Amino acid sequence: MKYIDNVVSLCFDESKCTGCGMCAEVCPHNVFKVDRIAEIINKNNCIECGACAKNCPFQAIKVCSGVGCGYAMIKSKITGKEESCCC
Amino acid sequence: MQINTIRQPYVSGFVNSGNILIPKIFTTLSLKDRFSGFMVRLGYRRMHYTVRQGLYAVGNPDSNSPVIVTANYKLTFDVVRKAVSGMNLWILVLNTHGVNVWCAAGKGTFGTGEIARMVKMTKLSTVVSHRNLILPQLGAPGVSAHRVKKLTDFSVIYGPVKISDLKKFIDNGNVADRSMRTVEFPLIERMKVAPLELVLGWKILIGVLILSLLNISSFIPLIGSVIAGIFLFPALLPYLPFRSFTLKGAILGLVWACFCSLFIATDIFTVLEFLLIIPPVVAYMAFNFTGSTTFTSPSGVRYEIKKYTWPFALWMSAGIIMYFVNVFRGLL
Repeated sequence: MKYIDNVVSLCFDESKCTGCGMCAEVCPHNVFKVDRIAEIINKNNCIECGACAKNCPFQAIKVCSGVGCGYAMIKSKITGKEESCCC
Repeated sequence: MQINTIRQPYVSGFVNSGNILIPKIFTTLSLKDRFSGFMVRLGYRRMHYTVRQGLYAVGNPDSNSPVIVTANYKLTFDVVRKAVSGMNLWILVLNTHGVNVWCAAGKGTFGTGEIARMVKMTKLSTVVSHRNLILPQLGAPGVSAHRVKKLTDFSVIYGPVKISDLKKFIDNGNVADRSMRTVEFPLIERMKVAPLELVLGWKILIGVLILSLLNISSFIPLIGSVIAGIFLFPALLPYLPFRSFTLKGAILGLVWACFCSLFIATDIFTVLEFLLIIPPVVAYMAFNFTGSTTFTSPSGVRYEIKKYTWPFALWMSAGIIMYFVNVFRGLL
């Protein structure tokens, strides 16, 4: 199952990467492959959970992660309040 | 000496570790555990289903036994203790306010700070001689492994996604293969989360029931679209065309609307009503299901909101107008 292509906010700065492999380890959707350094191989699989960015000791990855709940997003749009998930 | 004065029903006894008494837990679920778990899945007191934070013993662990970390949502805790039956280990339960690991990690309550706090509070470094914590991989969005190391001296090892792979993972020397690291969303998982939409969608259900009372011929089509949105949509998810959930839902709704038009509609006005009201209702419920899946991104959901809110709101409004036209015609 695949979601919408070319919308994901994942950014990777390979100049900062040391190839430690943490990103590939925490990613639940096989977005990264690490040989000498990391490489994004399945960008459209990314769900923006933010695990890679949070566990990169060298701040080589940026991603706008957030609550992935449509109901919460529509509600926050209407009420102007911060998105908070139902789960 | 620390001791919980009230013994929780899942505690079978105590293990003495140095100067600390650590509650030992049952790894089989009681009938009551199963029943309340079932009720929670239906939404009953879902936000109050917690276990006490702290360190627990499974089997007969010693200072070399692994430490696994989990959330204090009781449904999570029950799945974990059942899966570690027969093993000897420690379970560190964080206070995630009764939220599961994945959602709590997203919010940061299953996070670096909470791990550091609980490691100190339970005096974990005096209970075990090693300095490793095994975390569920899906806790990673809330945790910085390198920061936990700095704060507590404990190294974070990300375990498998599913607790059922934990034994294999540990036997493997704490190494996970690709399949243990990857999240799937098979039919059974999709159906497990489906009833939740019913709980969140009860307002839609009541709205639909009220509409059906005014015009009884709309009852089956409308109830049918709620059932399609809640149960059929998750089941058919991989087979429906398009990537966006709104369009997938609209297609499913159109199929149901066509079916109703062929077999239930009495004239062109009811056909119009079905075609206008059913697809947006199913599309909205389908869109909501993005929050329950394992493969949708917030950016994608935002894209759907931006692109489809207005067209579908108009579609829906036209449907409601058509509905009242038919109610009015029925009165003539």
